[in-house]
Amino acid sequence: MTSKSIAELEEMARKCRIEICKMTHRAQAGHPGGSLSEIDILAALYGGRLNVNPDDPDWSDRDRFILSKGHASPGMYAVLAEAGFISKDDLKSYRVKGGVCQGHVDMKWCPGVDFSAGSLGMGLSFGMGCAVAAKLEGSERTIFVMVGDGEIQEGSVWEAAMASAHHELGNLKLFVDCNRIQNDDFCENQMRMFDIPAKWRSFGWAVKEIDGHNMEEIVSSIEWMDSITGKPSVVIANTVKGKGVSFMEDNPGFHGAAPNDEQLDIALRELGVEV
Amino acid sequence: MSRMAATRDGYGEALLDLADNPKVVVLEADLGKSTKSLHFRKAHPDRTVSCGIGEQNMLLVGAGLAASGYIPFASTFAIFTERAFEQMRNGVARPNLPVHLCGSHGGTHTGTDGSSAQSIEDLAIYRTLPNVVVMHPCDDTSTKILTKQLPDLGKPSYMRTARNKTPVLYDGRENEIQIGKGVVLKDGDDAAIFACGVLVHEAMDAALDLKSKGIDVAVIDMHTIKPLDTDLVDEYAKKCGAIITAEDHSIIGGLGGAIAEHIVGTHPVPMERIGVKDRFGESASSEEMLEMMGLKSHHIVSAVESVIARKS
Repeated sequence: MTSKSIAELEEMARKCRIEICKMTHRAQAGHPGGSLSEIDILAALYGGRLNVNPDDPDWSDRDRFILSKGHASPGMYAVLAEAGFISKDDLKSYRVKGGVCQGHVDMKWCPGVDFSAGSLGMGLSFGMGCAVAAKLEGSERTIFVMVGDGEIQEGSVWEAAMASAHHELGNLKLFVDCNRIQNDDFCENQMRMFDIPAKWRSFGWAVKEIDGHNMEEIVSSIEWMDSITGKPSVVIANTVKGKGVSFMEDNPGFHGAAPNDEQLDIALRELGVEV
Repeated sequence: MSRMAATRDGYGEALLDLADNPKVVVLEADLGKSTKSLHFRKAHPDRTVSCGIGEQNMLLVGAGLAASGYIPFASTFAIFTERAFEQMRNGVARPNLPVHLCGSHGGTHTGTDGSSAQSIEDLAIYRTLPNVVVMHPCDDTSTKILTKQLPDLGKPSYMRTARNKTPVLYDGRENEIQIGKGVVLKDGDDAAIFACGVLVHEAMDAALDLKSKGIDVAVIDMHTIKPLDTDLVDEYAKKCGAIITAEDHSIIGGLGGAIAEHIVGTHPVPMERIGVKDRFGESASSEEMLEMMGLKSHHIVSAVESVIARKS
């Protein structure tokens, strides 16, 4: 895939945001908030960094991207459509019987999806398995994983964190989408996680913090990850849940709720669509 | 006296034999010495992944390896596999990834470690998962053969092995072992005993006792609980008109449950189930546990007499 400029990646993310709003509105269900918080990072990855081929999605030596927060599937589907793995028309199948866009991302249903997620705390372990496999093969391919900040409350994440560092998996790269909101409320009220970067550092990971909506910072953080060898690396991305749509931003109400007709109009206008 | 060996030893030997396949990898959760994957680890440390004491992670590391073209064999105690049940369900069974999970030290026969270590529900829970093959062989030879058939399976599996030595039945009969096919160890037509694991041996002892009483029973080793060999079950339901199941497992949901669920829709016959009667175990020797749980050969004899009395 050819690399895009910062402005092009920002434009790609804007288009994805529009599709996220349309998909959840059409389905009257789904998770727009976490899709909008993650989407700038997904655009940066699929806009050029990932060595993947939409014409051969199962190519065995491709890079992997494992979206562990599988409920934020509208973001994944939107970026896969932008990257050419699925069609814009496929996006209409989100949460529809027989559609490739299942409610939670599913590798058996959707071309370009590398992991069947939906239950939190599983993607990093799966990514570790993919990273071990790449190492055994002597392949240079890279395994990227994304988890949510609420997700790291799952204990199994820390089993994977410890094991990946123990096995010195430099080919394993993690994004934590820190949008500070989980299903029921702000993380701060549900389960305080204290110093998240310090936790990863103490588990033996290389750690960097960024603004997860600043495309230049995202791109340079990926370059930083690529420079890390001998240990897994994690980028703690500080994001805003619902980013780009005023009434969804920082609003726990839009973790798992769809916009109504009127809200969709407002959202699309804010995203630069003439309604 | 036949050779004595533990089924877990058959598993360990099979892994070593499978090492010729460069795609075979072994995952451990700090119990390789007990599950017997240690032999593979010693010979092939480069293809052995220590997951520490972290079963949930281990199952999904296996899924990632399987999705990348490897054939992972993960093992721990049967009871600790249960902690990773949802990983097995969502991360392995749902995407149908060929991860092969072995739970050793299954059943109350595990003995003095007590109830926390005696898995009596593993066969039942894994049997509920689509795509997953569930096995519980009775001797080290059949365990070895079944394990060596797994790389060609192309789907996930769960195999329970046992801690303690039991008589070896299949030396010289290796070609009779096939995943999904029950084995008639002794034929008979008054009743059919379907057994798995340690209870196969109790069933064979029961058959001898019954013979002296003039009752001729068939004993069938159902080393594969899922997919169930339904042809064989139907054949013996028709032939014998009475069925007894025997397993070192809860009477809820295991081999007995599987056979009852099947024949109720095909050829219902009087049936008795030998198994752990919805209770937990405790610390005792293996033999004491079987006696306490009602799993000895004399319990099977009584069940056979009772079920034959119900034949009309």
